[in-house]
Amino acid sequence: MEATVSKTGTEGKTWGGGNRPLDASYGKMMMWFFIVSDALTFSGFIAAYGFSRFKFIDAWPIADEVFTHVPFLHGVPAPMYYVAFMTLVLIFSSVTMVLAVDAGHKMQQSKVAWYMFFTIIGGGIFVGSQAWEWATFIKGDYGAIETKGGRILQFLNTEGERVAIADFAQHIPTERVTQESKNGVWYQTEAETRTTYNLAEVQKGFLAQEDLVMRTQYLDDHGHQIILSREASVDKILNDGKMVVEGANLRHNEYGHPLFADFFFFITGFHGFHVFSGVMINIIIFFNVIIGTYERRKSYEMVEKVGLYWHFVDLVWVFVFTFFYLV
Amino acid sequence: MAHDHQLEIFRGLVKFKSNISKIWGVFFFLCLVTGVEVALGIIKPDSLTSGRFLTMKYLNWIFIILTLVKAYYITWDFMHMRDEPSGLRRAVVWTAVFLICYLIAILLVEADYIYEIYKNSFIKFNF
Repeated sequence: MEATVSKTGTEGKTWGGGNRPLDASYGKMMMWFFIVSDALTFSGFIAAYGFSRFKFIDAWPIADEVFTHVPFLHGVPAPMYYVAFMTLVLIFSSVTMVLAVDAGHKMQQSKVAWYMFFTIIGGGIFVGSQAWEWATFIKGDYGAIETKGGRILQFLNTEGERVAIADFAQHIPTERVTQESKNGVWYQTEAETRTTYNLAEVQKGFLAQEDLVMRTQYLDDHGHQIILSREASVDKILNDGKMVVEGANLRHNEYGHPLFADFFFFITGFHGFHVFSGVMINIIIFFNVIIGTYERRKSYEMVEKVGLYWHFVDLVWVFVFTFFYLV
Repeated sequence: MAHDHQLEIFRGLVKFKSNISKIWGVFFFLCLVTGVEVALGIIKPDSLTSGRFLTMKYLNWIFIILTLVKAYYITWDFMHMRDEPSGLRRAVVWTAVFLICYLIAILLVEADYIYEIYKNSFIKFNF
């Protein structure tokens, strides 16, 4: 066809087509697009957390007092050690990932497989640790009283040490009645989570033990929670107490503001979901490495792409660690 | 896909012989930074928690700056940003940094405003 221009004379030049913009392949470019958009999603969540925190800046829980547990060390207060361990596990799995990418550039199949394997193990340890941390947070440790205004009061002895409600609450024998709508009682429902002791039992125990005081969730200028006097504590628990809170859920949180628990569950949950999907994707790529897909393709670029995702998950954790546990 | 890796970190202060040793070097640096953060978080020195700069405690500034340092090395060395063309680097980093700064500035200023209203119990013009 004489009329059709099949050659433009620009082959091999910048605008001749066939170029890779920014020297990145299509897949890698798309992974970067995804990472930027996902980074903005996470920033949205963390900024929303910052919003709520600044809104209640003088009544926000202190992370050191919330996350003090280490598995197998029950009752030993160890703030931050476990989460530091989790951070190191994730950074280490990032290292094995980047070593896998490096081995992929050199076409060393078995090395890539081994490094991918260690990365998957690291991801598994991290997700498991996070599940454990959730379980500990949901279970709670000391218990607290929630006031009618939705504030949290925690118990201390006169030495300033935390006291668990189970240590002083007195059992009052009561019968648990199941109300049914056929009896005409349709407006009374049980609390959605039952606590070990009810408010009356905690009040009775609190009055009986003279050396107990309470502290509010409000912080003084040095960042310590304000401690009430014995008289003020008695007045508060009798007139202002509404319910007992044990542990944390989406509505109540014994450590302080419920929004802290909400954001903790949401943001670490969303991040944990990313780690979980990362582990799944890594497993797929791991098997592809083993059966030699990338040897035949003569390129380990897929390893590089999942590597980008995996490092991104690590990057997000660095920020979650700072804003939930340190600041 | 044999890239050329740039093997210097800290603006050429530390040079590595191979990409693998650079990875380990960055890993030890990240561990060190995390260790410092955790130590400060546990000790919470009084000198750093009492003083404030732009209404935020010195300690919190240190945490945030160290976090950004870690983020830099994860992106630059683990995600190979150091080896990418500057166009890609800027497209990714500037976009995210600009939007995030904007978002955070607006949300935190608004939140502080609401905090003041709760505290002083005055309804200001258009709350």
